[in-house]
Amino acid sequence: MTLLLNIAVDGVAYGMILFMIAVGLSVTMGLMRVVNLAHGGFALIGGTLAHWLGTEVGLPFALVLLGAVAGTIVIAMPLERLVYRRIYGFGELQQVLATIGLTFLMIASVNLWQGSSLLSITLPEGLNRSVDLGFRQLTAHRALVIGVGALVILGLWLLLDRTRFGIRLRAAVDNRDTASALGIDTGRIYMLTFALGAGLAALGGILGAELLPIDAYYPLRYMVLFLIVVAIGGLGSILGSFVAALAIGMIETASRYLVPDMATITFFAIVILFLALRPRGLMGRVGA
Amino acid sequence: MTGRLLSIFLILAAGAAAYLLFPYNLAFLTRILIMIVLVLSLDLILGLAGIATLGQAAMYGAGAYAAGLFAIHVWADPVAGLLAGAVAGALLAAVSGAVLMRTQGLTLIMLTIAVAQICAEIANRARGVTGGADGLRGIRPGKVLGLWEFDFIGITGYWYAFAVMLLVFLALAIIARSPFGLSLRGIHESPERMVAIGVSVYRRRLAAYTMGGAIAGIAGALSAQITQLVSLESFSFTLSAEALIMLILGGTGRLYGAILGTVIFMAVHHVAAANDPFNWLFVIGALVLVVVFFLPRGLVALPVSLKRLAKGGRHAGT
Amino acid sequence: MQGLEVRGLSKRFGGLVVSEDIDFDLPPGARKALIGPNGAGKSTFANLVTGILAPTGGSIRFDGQDIAALDEAERVKHGIAKTFQITTLFSGLTVRENLRLPVLERQGQGGRLFRRADSDPKIEAEVEALLAQFDLLALADRPVVDLAYGQQRLVEMALTLALKPRVLILDEPAAGVPSSETHLIIEAIERLPEDLAVLVIEHDMDLVFRVARSIVVLVQGRILTEGTPEEIARNAQVRELYLGGAHG
Repeated sequence: MTLLLNIAVDGVAYGMILFMIAVGLSVTMGLMRVVNLAHGGFALIGGTLAHWLGTEVGLPFALVLLGAVAGTIVIAMPLERLVYRRIYGFGELQQVLATIGLTFLMIASVNLWQGSSLLSITLPEGLNRSVDLGFRQLTAHRALVIGVGALVILGLWLLLDRTRFGIRLRAAVDNRDTASALGIDTGRIYMLTFALGAGLAALGGILGAELLPIDAYYPLRYMVLFLIVVAIGGLGSILGSFVAALAIGMIETASRYLVPDMATITFFAIVILFLALRPRGLMGRVGA
Repeated sequence: MTGRLLSIFLILAAGAAAYLLFPYNLAFLTRILIMIVLVLSLDLILGLAGIATLGQAAMYGAGAYAAGLFAIHVWADPVAGLLAGAVAGALLAAVSGAVLMRTQGLTLIMLTIAVAQICAEIANRARGVTGGADGLRGIRPGKVLGLWEFDFIGITGYWYAFAVMLLVFLALAIIARSPFGLSLRGIHESPERMVAIGVSVYRRRLAAYTMGGAIAGIAGALSAQITQLVSLESFSFTLSAEALIMLILGGTGRLYGAILGTVIFMAVHHVAAANDPFNWLFVIGALVLVVVFFLPRGLVALPVSLKRLAKGGRHAGT
Repeated sequence: MQGLEVRGLSKRFGGLVVSEDIDFDLPPGARKALIGPNGAGKSTFANLVTGILAPTGGSIRFDGQDIAALDEAERVKHGIAKTFQITTLFSGLTVRENLRLPVLERQGQGGRLFRRADSDPKIEAEVEALLAQFDLLALADRPVVDLAYGQQRLVEMALTLALKPRVLILDEPAAGVPSSETHLIIEAIERLPEDLAVLVIEHDMDLVFRVARSIVVLVQGRILTEGTPEEIARNAQVRELYLGGAHG
């Protein structure tokens, strides 16, 4: 029983991180139909900025978080304008290549700036303290991760359901041509959505650094993991990504607890089996 | 027919010229030849059949480990080792392809990456057999065809790899012109239409994937025999991605594009940044973007594009 | 009389009925047309017959054999073929290669590895005959993508005919073809083999009345009436349908 609870808590924390990083990927893939292998790069950029702001500039954690996420968005927006906008109409393969190229450039840039070693992110004292859950100790940091993840899904839901931007975004995901025929400025929506996705990736990257450590090769190392969340959740589905991220967090955590030697293989086997049976994922509306 | 004879002659001449011009770089030239075999396998799968994959290293690695283990435990004969590598690559491709070929697009690309990662994980865990992160050592291949011993300078290795590459090239040239090759091009152009013609697209794609796997396995086996070492890097994403980039750089679906792209890529790699992998990533990242934006059909299409541009009017890429 | 016999064919998408209780015969040598307003379910019917869609009810028999359980590729092997409404050709391949592909597959040679695709004289002769039949010899070595749209429609028909079907369904063969080129399509249909059963689905009434000996009118998924072109032209209900604003 305790074991199950442990798996549940750690799995949820892990799943929340995956969700924050991958949700932007899912929405951009569903909306812009672009296969973006460089998405993990935004988590890397966020993590790198956080490392720099925390250890070299010496800002407090809250400002580090804010600054790093804002910085990532500032980098992502011109990138969308200059590179992504041009590849939306390309074939899948060209998109894959272009975004691999971007990934390589991101890795090389981070290395040039901060080197290739592990980039630690300093946490405030308070977050290292433990919270007693009765059956186990949980660090405040993990509780924060779960809390922020819950806030993000709530915020996204409000954004999509209650705002003009959200309505337009959903219209554009459902049918791009109709949306632009209705006078919705899809170009602007693309850029804002892309920036939001990049910002959330940065947030997830920073908060998740404990589980998915940041170094220059981050985007390549976790590329498949993020893509799996999107593929299982279904392209363009935020709820799908959320469910998929939590499920993947649980499965991966469970296989680490239960079959530590075969964790990766078990995990992949389950994922492949699932996708073979449901190639469009949990809630895919767009053909993958 | 004369076209094929000419291309054989050109490849032979280039091989001999490289041998004479760079006698002290045989190890590097041999690496190029091995990569050409891998990229050719990708040209069959991607260039002809249009199957987008980022996991060709899985079959390459399987071939490398199989050939290495075969040489250590069974028989040191290199040609038999190549066969072992081909069988391993084909088997892995057939088994994984049975699932992969049911998917397409993003899911397919992602799963091909995942298969290679699983292979790396298995090789890493099975330390007792594969040597794990230390790599598989102690491969001592025997004489090629019982005649030529692998020498210190790498002369045997070079010509051995060259012969294998040429044979693979010729086999693929024949397949590309065969009814099977034509049907792969048909699937690439329009899978729905192929179904309407009465073809099981799934089976044809699986057959192509398996053949590509066998050839990638041969490439891996070559590398195991010539470097006498197999490391986990054989399964790496970077290898798959680089092979893809080489193919696109050269131009897909025409085989000699694979040769051209590989030679140029490897040469740039050699000159640009062999000593610093990160700066090399700047070069390759920029290179990829240039190819995607300015040379989408690769170098082999460059003369045509330029001619059309010179004539003016007609759009270069249709 | 054998050929295609459809009885009580129905198709629902959820609550939406798109085909209801359709009885339909297409004997060898038939020249039938299927007409009806947009959304009448013409393409759905064609897709049910060719196996692209699975029916909700009813039977489809071909030469007495029930083919309802066969998939698209298997029905092609039985001799039921359909052209595509939107041209779906191998656009990067030449016209000749486009026609060689289906002939090779029909002869069961599509999987052969170690001979040239163009080395079988029997297959090449068949390809040449098709090129000649559809007046495509002069364009044979051009990639399909370079052809005018009317010519592409001809390749579309030739490609489907290359399967040697016994039932040929032409799904809007003249759609998108400029009226100056429609005669090419009509002539091509007139030159189809005599014993072939042909069903034309078309909006262009000139074409329909030129090629069809019998016309079936489909409205809201049901057959309204069936008759010779003269009967259909005189039919009050049909006239109302086409003249009373529902023209499409």
